[in-house]
Amino acid sequence: MAVDTLHVSDRASLWNDPRGRAIIYQVVVIGGVVLLFWYLISNTMANLERQQIASGYGFLDREAGFEISESLVSYSAASTYGRAFLVGILNTFKVSILGIVFATILGTLIGIARLSSNWLVAKLAMTYVETLRNIPLLLQLFLWYGVITVSLPGPRDPINPLPGVFLSNRGFIIPVPEAHLGYTMAAVALLVAIVLTVVVNRWAKARQAVTGQPFPMLAAGAGIIVGLPLLAWLAGGAPVGFDVPELQGFRYVGGVPIRPEFAALLFGLTTYTASFIAEIVRSGIQAVSYGQTEAAAALGLRKGMILRLIVLPQAMRVIIPPTTSQYLNLTKNSSLAVAIGYPDLVHVGNTTLNQTGQAIEAISIFMAVYLGISLGISFFMNWYNRHIALVER
Amino acid sequence: MTQEHMHAAERPPALSVGPLGWARANLFNTWYNSVITLVILWAVIQAVPPLINWAFIDAVWGGGEPDACRVEGAGACWSFIGEKYRLILFGLYPFAEQWRPLLVMVLFIGLVVATMRRLLWGRSLIAAWGVSTVVMFALMYGGFLGLPFVANSYWGGLPLTVGLSTIGLVVAFPLGIILALGRRSNMPAVRTLCVVYIELIRGVPLITVLFMASVLFPLFLPTGVTIDKLLRAQVGLILFAAAYLAEVVRGGLQAIPKGQFEAADSLGLGYWSKMRLIILPQALRISIPPLVNTFIGFFKDTTLVIIIGLFDLLNAAKTALTDRAWAGFYMEAYLFCAIIYFAFCFTMSRYSQNLERKLRTGHARR
Repeated sequence: MAVDTLHVSDRASLWNDPRGRAIIYQVVVIGGVVLLFWYLISNTMANLERQQIASGYGFLDREAGFEISESLVSYSAASTYGRAFLVGILNTFKVSILGIVFATILGTLIGIARLSSNWLVAKLAMTYVETLRNIPLLLQLFLWYGVITVSLPGPRDPINPLPGVFLSNRGFIIPVPEAHLGYTMAAVALLVAIVLTVVVNRWAKARQAVTGQPFPMLAAGAGIIVGLPLLAWLAGGAPVGFDVPELQGFRYVGGVPIRPEFAALLFGLTTYTASFIAEIVRSGIQAVSYGQTEAAAALGLRKGMILRLIVLPQAMRVIIPPTTSQYLNLTKNSSLAVAIGYPDLVHVGNTTLNQTGQAIEAISIFMAVYLGISLGISFFMNWYNRHIALVER
Repeated sequence: MTQEHMHAAERPPALSVGPLGWARANLFNTWYNSVITLVILWAVIQAVPPLINWAFIDAVWGGGEPDACRVEGAGACWSFIGEKYRLILFGLYPFAEQWRPLLVMVLFIGLVVATMRRLLWGRSLIAAWGVSTVVMFALMYGGFLGLPFVANSYWGGLPLTVGLSTIGLVVAFPLGIILALGRRSNMPAVRTLCVVYIELIRGVPLITVLFMASVLFPLFLPTGVTIDKLLRAQVGLILFAAAYLAEVVRGGLQAIPKGQFEAADSLGLGYWSKMRLIILPQALRISIPPLVNTFIGFFKDTTLVIIIGLFDLLNAAKTALTDRAWAGFYMEAYLFCAIIYFAFCFTMSRYSQNLERKLRTGHARR
């Protein structure tokens, strides 16, 4: 190469020019990847032809022929594979969203408990975190599923901890408010109240920025959120009826059943993810230096205001990004449902795959859905993170 | 005032020193903490004695018949573990040959303990790992010196779990470094490829990657070529781990100040010498704690091979439970597994915290 450069006096050769070399490298890499894909695809085509599997998504319109134990939309064995996938996706959403909500609440509580000045509370929280983080989630799911399906008594003789709540090895049955106009109105009023609170909060902040007059937002918000649904409930006739389940002969009448697979999965996902969120919350709070608290106290802020105005906003910046990835992990971990038989996307897809042999299509649907969820959550959390990020000069 | 009127130094109040003082400061410092403490103590008194009764006092120990555990009031059935521990630990490996996986595990744990001592880090340790890997595989397969050959479809239990995770990490680590370097590269095509690969793998659950490995890999290969289930799962795990390790290494690379890159450039080092001699040694050192966390996560994730039907530790325990004579002792089986997993993971996490303290040499931007 040294000899080459002697000949080219004013310009370096393509190989000795970093930009030229970069182009050569990239052409080689892309060429290699394209060759690899071409090789894999041609093999796949040949294999599919040999096994006489028609590729394509046409199978989604065919009759599925298998039952799904729980579904948010109407489904029967006569429905199509496409509908079965929809049921699976909705079930994944159901358990993920509930899991995220519960894990956030439980994780925050435990994270704060780890910082408690009470030695017993702090140690208990630490034991919880260390134990659950160091045992595989799948093992925990099997254990919870075993607790429900093996150790609980049969449905003839259930545990009845609260009136109307029945726990048995076939699952749980809980009472729900019976259908009534008053309940519907209260639910609508709750949504209206939440929107109203946000609006009032904006107005109060704007007014304080202009005039300096504070507004008792906490009391007002609580008043709106509790008061409005209460008024709506009263206006709707103040119903008190609950659909309480009863054991009649061999089966329950009324109430809402919770299947053991769902209960075990939700409980396992929640407790496992909470142990990670707890650590994130703890480190987030510890990341705010104590000087901040002292400075706020020196300005004369009360304890609650210090937490709300000084510590939490700074801690949130540290907490949000890793919590996002925990939410993503929870959603991805919900695919372990297949091991205990909760009909999530992977479970339904696996059944479909075994029945039709459409492996590529089924796995591509898995990937598309999970990638979509991942991108959706990270998009939302990035937006939220930007919203609360430190605005630097 | 004279000397004799002076008092001896008074002892501090009894409630502020000693165990009482400690309890007052840590358990009863405010009224609500006192309430919480009392509630927790009450709960502990309610829960712990029955638990100890179940696990130890009323438990059925030693080998024996399942009927002994089905007596009214019997606690934990540890005789189930006594009966089945070899199935759980070594899976379907031929019973008479199970000293071989046992020896492999002893060798492996010995190597891990040696590796944890930083004094021993060096070329000879790497050589020891290399030689031992060959020995371990030879022992597992057999087929020489009168040892019967054991196909890898009979491997199972702890050696399978440990093997899948260790080999997975060792192979995925260089791949992860290359992916991380590619993601930080100036070449747009290379960077895009690496970003797409990393985000694609990290965006989907491990189960789908394992499904792909078990169902799609046979389709990808030319007709007539087959690879066994164990190898397919291993490849799937490697592809999965590489993406996660790449992100950890990238974090380390980003923490290296720009001056280090520029200094290496001004010394006239080429790209690979710059990375090998200047950047990676610093970046990897910073990444050790998060790397160990990734290792722990990966070790736990190997339980998912159960989905594609491999007999790892958890699946072996599940299989032990299918014996009708011993049906229903799931708690004992899973607790036994949980203790093993916990021992591995907890040791790793404590070691990582220890290492983090020792390696805090001021390179990391904090």
